[in-house]
Amino acid sequence: MRDHSSVTVRLVYLARLREAFASAGESLAWTREDEPTVAKLLDALRERGGAFRNELSTGRAVRVAVNHAVARPDDVVRDGDEVALFPPVTGG
Amino acid sequence: MVRVQHEAFDAGLELAKLREGDRRVGAVAAFIGTVRDVNDDASVRTLTLEHYPGMTEKALSAIVDEAKQRFDVYEIAVIHRVGELAPTDPIVFVGVTSAHRGAAFDACRFVMDYLKTRAPFWKKELTSQGERWVEARASDDAAATSWERSVDR
Repeated sequence: MRDHSSVTVRLVYLARLREAFASAGESLAWTREDEPTVAKLLDALRERGGAFRNELSTGRAVRVAVNHAVARPDDVVRDGDEVALFPPVTGG
Repeated sequence: MVRVQHEAFDAGLELAKLREGDRRVGAVAAFIGTVRDVNDDASVRTLTLEHYPGMTEKALSAIVDEAKQRFDVYEIAVIHRVGELAPTDPIVFVGVTSAHRGAAFDACRFVMDYLKTRAPFWKKELTSQGERWVEARASDDAAATSWERSVDR
């Protein structure tokens, strides 16, 4: 059985989320028994409460990219991944 | 070619470079997006554009590659500015060369429609009522989705 107990990811917060969290990002060491996914990572952040609970609540549109590629909720997060959280894009 | 930069671009120069020396080219199409003075009923003083270095360039390159696969075109250039801009400033440039106008127009529109919904850029406005992040528009999603329907047709 694989050991998922020590997963460290680099979190990047962009645009509105960077301002709401008062942080451009952080290194998150994450301990779970089951396989870590994008959805479970968001759950873990919501449990912090405050701005994390507000901005990542189900009613708000949040996009996630893992290693610069758009990710879905059930995508697996691996040790060393860069996981970015951002609002829907508004360029052009 | 894709570029993300703070400084202004010279659209004429970029089109000349894109066109230069390619005798197959019979059509050059271009789009330039600029900062409006009014958005959602508020007057805009400045528009600050943010991107996600690394991912933004990859996303733009992927859009250009997809456009080259879908349309009969030769070269595509995309330049997108970041940082603080003011009304009338240019934001984005798309240039396309092809043998005929149809593919050039289509590819230019496709790149912009996909850029609007897929390239990680975010706009923050300073208006007469204060600062606000620009919200994504459903009409932009519909424009990008329309290309998927046109392929299924």
